[in-house]
Amino acid sequence: MNDIEVIKEDVLLDCTGLLCPMPIVKTSKAIKELQSGQILKMIATDAGSPPDIAAWSRQTGNELLLSTTEGEKFIFFLKKS
Amino acid sequence: MSKSDPNAPKRLALISSKGTLDWAYPPFILASAAGAMGWEVGIFFTFYGLTLLKPELTAAVSPLGNPAMPMKMPFGPEGFQNINWPMPNLLMANVPGFEGLATTLMKQTFHNKGVATIEELRDACIELDVRLIGCQMTMDVFGFKREDFIPQAEIGGAATFLEYAADADVQLFI
Repeated sequence: MNDIEVIKEDVLLDCTGLLCPMPIVKTSKAIKELQSGQILKMIATDAGSPPDIAAWSRQTGNELLLSTTEGEKFIFFLKKS
Repeated sequence: MSKSDPNAPKRLALISSKGTLDWAYPPFILASAAGAMGWEVGIFFTFYGLTLLKPELTAAVSPLGNPAMPMKMPFGPEGFQNINWPMPNLLMANVPGFEGLATTLMKQTFHNKGVATIEELRDACIELDVRLIGCQMTMDVFGFKREDFIPQAEIGGAATFLEYAADADVQLFI
């Protein structure tokens, strides 16, 4: 069983089809609605999102638990700090 | 020299000096991204950038004197859409409405690719508490009044920007 099946998100955010900077703008908005420790799953198709989400995670302190791909999609699990 | 307050969040200070569609994107993209990362952000709108504070955004783009601008068609088969159309200045200067056409094509191409509009990015900036500062001197020169701009705009001068930028981690002139 891989990580993607183990981690369970509290909220799912679909940023499919959106380009920079909207995936991180929407991620930031979504994470503000969460309680500390809750998990956001974000799906994007923007090829710039893996490095951008990693940078966003480092800058905001919200931990990036997993960054992976599923076909053409990029999948991120982020834990609210 | 260190920042006045070492515990303050990171800060981005931008100068937006151009009001065309292509140049309207970078300040709003960087500002909304920085805001999303928890940074403090201020944009100082001066000269042609001031028009980006108007309620109705009419930013257009001109390929005239913009030789590196790729002209793409936002419709038709993929191979057709990927063609960079050469646009000689002589042609552009003589065709009425060419800038309107170029603007429409760029907006449609951006929309098709999933790029947010300038309006959406500006709204995101406002929601993220980005400071939007209009340059008083340019307002006087161009005859703009406070009420010509969105209510979220502040008005200030060079000293206002410099004081803000002095404590910024990143400062960019766009």
